[in-house]
Amino acid sequence: MKDIVKNQPETLAGRPKFNANALLKKYTMVFALIVVFVFFTALTGGKMLYPQNISNLLLQNAYVLVMACGMLLCILTGGNVDLSVGSTLCLVGAIAAQIMAKTSANAIVVILICLAISAAIGVWQGFWIGNMHIPPFICTLAGMFLFRGLGRVVLDSKTVSIANKTFLNIFTSYITVPGLDTGTLHLSALIVGIVAAVLLLVNTVANRAKKAKKGYTMSSAAGTFARVIVIDALILFYSWKLANYKGIPVMLLWVLGILFLFTFITSKTAFGRYFYAVGGNEKATKLSGIDTRKVYFAAYCSMSILAGFSGLLVAARIGSVNGDTGMSYEMDAIGSCFIGGASAYGGSGTVPGIVVGAILLGVINQGMSIYGLDNNWQYVVKGAVLLIAVIFDVVSNHKTGKA
Amino acid sequence: MADNILVMKNITKEFPGVKALNNVNLEVQRGEIHALVGENGAGKSTLMNVLSGTYPFGSYSGQIIYDGKECQFKTVRDSEKIGIVIIHQELALIPELSIGENMFLGNERRGKFGIDWDETYAQAEKHMKQVGLKDRATTLIKDIGTGKQQLVEIAKALSKNVKLLILDEPTSSLNEEDSRMLLNLLISFKKEGMTSIIISHKLSEIAYVADKITVLRDGATIETIDNAGHDIDEDRIIRGMVGRELTDRFPDRERRSSGETVMEVKDWCVRHPVYTEKEVVNHVSFHVNKGEIVGFSGLQGAGRTELARSIFGHSYGTGVTGQLIINGKEVHLKNERAAIEAGLAYVTEDRKENGLVLIDTIAVNNTMARLEKVCDKHGVIDIDKENHIAEEYKEKLETKTPTVQQHVGNLSGGNQQKVLLAKWMFADPEILILDEPTRGIDVGAKYEIYCIMNDLIAQGKSVIMISSEMPELLGMCDRIYVMNEGRLVGEFAAAEATQEKIMATILQSDKKDESKGVLQA
Repeated sequence: MKDIVKNQPETLAGRPKFNANALLKKYTMVFALIVVFVFFTALTGGKMLYPQNISNLLLQNAYVLVMACGMLLCILTGGNVDLSVGSTLCLVGAIAAQIMAKTSANAIVVILICLAISAAIGVWQGFWIGNMHIPPFICTLAGMFLFRGLGRVVLDSKTVSIANKTFLNIFTSYITVPGLDTGTLHLSALIVGIVAAVLLLVNTVANRAKKAKKGYTMSSAAGTFARVIVIDALILFYSWKLANYKGIPVMLLWVLGILFLFTFITSKTAFGRYFYAVGGNEKATKLSGIDTRKVYFAAYCSMSILAGFSGLLVAARIGSVNGDTGMSYEMDAIGSCFIGGASAYGGSGTVPGIVVGAILLGVINQGMSIYGLDNNWQYVVKGAVLLIAVIFDVVSNHKTGKA
Repeated sequence: MADNILVMKNITKEFPGVKALNNVNLEVQRGEIHALVGENGAGKSTLMNVLSGTYPFGSYSGQIIYDGKECQFKTVRDSEKIGIVIIHQELALIPELSIGENMFLGNERRGKFGIDWDETYAQAEKHMKQVGLKDRATTLIKDIGTGKQQLVEIAKALSKNVKLLILDEPTSSLNEEDSRMLLNLLISFKKEGMTSIIISHKLSEIAYVADKITVLRDGATIETIDNAGHDIDEDRIIRGMVGRELTDRFPDRERRSSGETVMEVKDWCVRHPVYTEKEVVNHVSFHVNKGEIVGFSGLQGAGRTELARSIFGHSYGTGVTGQLIINGKEVHLKNERAAIEAGLAYVTEDRKENGLVLIDTIAVNNTMARLEKVCDKHGVIDIDKENHIAEEYKEKLETKTPTVQQHVGNLSGGNQQKVLLAKWMFADPEILILDEPTRGIDVGAKYEIYCIMNDLIAQGKSVIMISSEMPELLGMCDRIYVMNEGRLVGEFAAAEATQEKIMATILQSDKKDESKGVLQA
């Protein structure tokens, strides 16, 4: 499942024959997502498809998507996780809320201060794990207590609400273009959707042309375009739903920005490649002249920055911060990564994969809430899904002959 | 009819896309040592895995008749129960447990309550005595050498009442002395009536120990050669393995040393990273000329790998002292990156452990040591270019793989070694240190590796070759240094070196050590 989106020419036999089994295996979690979505749509009598619910699906899971990106880097380095992110989220959110409650500081300044603090937390964790070789599990477990405690100290054990309008707008408003979005239909969302869909198509065609010109090997045209068409259809569907609600939420832009950035880093840059190399074989990586300490440092440092950023998103969305904010959020991020096909031993996993994992978890959450399932039972279902996903992954990999 | 302990009839085993075994037949007589030879990927290990039940009954077709009865093994335990024990190339011992615990792992001696440790260790030492191991059974595996570990594996097999012992490349990680001891042990077991099947690439060992030799090629039985006189010509075996006569086992090369020194090491000392009082490399000085292949010979633990790795950006050891001069300038290589930038490459002896990322593709591994060469100035990888480069190396080195998107873990040993070489050739070094470049790969692939080395020399590079196989050092090198116990004890020009001279140099230096040891004590 590492290759959820990486275009990989058919290996082994080298024949581009249509193979339903291989397709099913490659996109297992995508199909699972479809099945689960259809199931809940039927169960809730179509309520899942309401524009409001589609729009909220993203807003409710924004923090999961953002943190899963950082968690992926940590997991890539060798199946290590960062347990402290929920606490970091709380601490940074608490600092933001307190600054705005006690002073009249500018929202931008507050955001910058908070990101700087997140980075400092990242440097702290990255230093111990990367340079001093403290086991990540223990170091981040310590961080989990440390930052949770500090967060509660900052809040003085109270719930602090946020009244700064600019701050809230930066994260939670909707894009409204005067003249376009006056009616019930927010045309701007639809237009952006159509433009994105067309760009993707054009980009794919241009890419293939470039490859053909240089004489590089290509994956099959049918497969590539089938995928583009499916993705385009989803984009159009999604933007249609957004247009029918309140338009494009600003938070979507933040999340997409981070997702694109991390997709790019992990699949296209040398920096990103090193995470896979360290998780795949740390000794070989070191002998190849790569400073593995810096790789660990970078993973945990960026994780903390993303956790801090999520703190701002969550604080803005809820409008207040208390001592339990972000409790067990680390588990959502970790769960998304493993459901999305990241290897528990490190070295494999993709951002598109974990996005599917996060959305799958989100759909299950939302579906159960809309259906009105008891909160306690929701935990049971989530746990079962995580277990099934990993079992499925392990079993299907065994069948290919790889132990 | 001969008394066959084992007959394997028409064994066919398929993996997705590959027929690993195609109607293979094997007959083994009671009380003989039967060798199984063939190039990498010929199907030797697959056949033995079928026999031992690693691939359960039903996953292959054909018949296994053992002791006159047809057998259908579902697990390795089934085959062990009736006396078939396989010892894999990669030893299956747990370093943190004792010899005794390892021997009876999964087969514990039970007392009234839990494990009877007295019985365990008594039994263990009984079997250890049979294989000539004098250590205590309570010694931890990590505290004994590879040679002894191999003996522990055999003792473990004995504890299971083995009747048919299968050894997959038992000597691949042993030095000559330990190998010889192991082979003699097999011969003495034979006299006691045990049957063995041995898989090996070392033809001299096969000629010495085997009574019959079955040759596999491309998943099929080619022939069974009789070797009752133990005098078979190695070329005769090679002919069967590769299907052609290998007139020269080493490709020709014009040997012309320019006399221009590219690298010089003076007074190099390295201490053990954990036991820092131990000098692993002791005042070693040597030089490499441009366009030379310089060999390093020595027994296991002579300090050759440690010397190489400490030169390569201090990637081994502590307290490294001495001078390193490259192209006339003294350099201080504080890490691997600096070494690569100074024009060094270290191709490890252990490709799986230290060389390759097995779960990544050939293309990704190929560029790993110099990823910046396929990146733009912002560090963005040109994936198309990367694939293209991997394709080029695949063609050049004739790596056998359908695509460069194949995961390296799926390749055979010889092809993995080629990917590893490609990785370091791509880094474009001036001096390549090749540590056991042909370990565990077959004759045909070895020849190809030698050709690649000659190509490198023709391009004006220099090569340092560490090898435990003396014939290959003699066949390939311009000069050979001999190391023992961390010190440089001899240097030979290729023309004047012989195996006997090198061995004698090592043994004499050992004696000196002993006398010195006595004096110090």
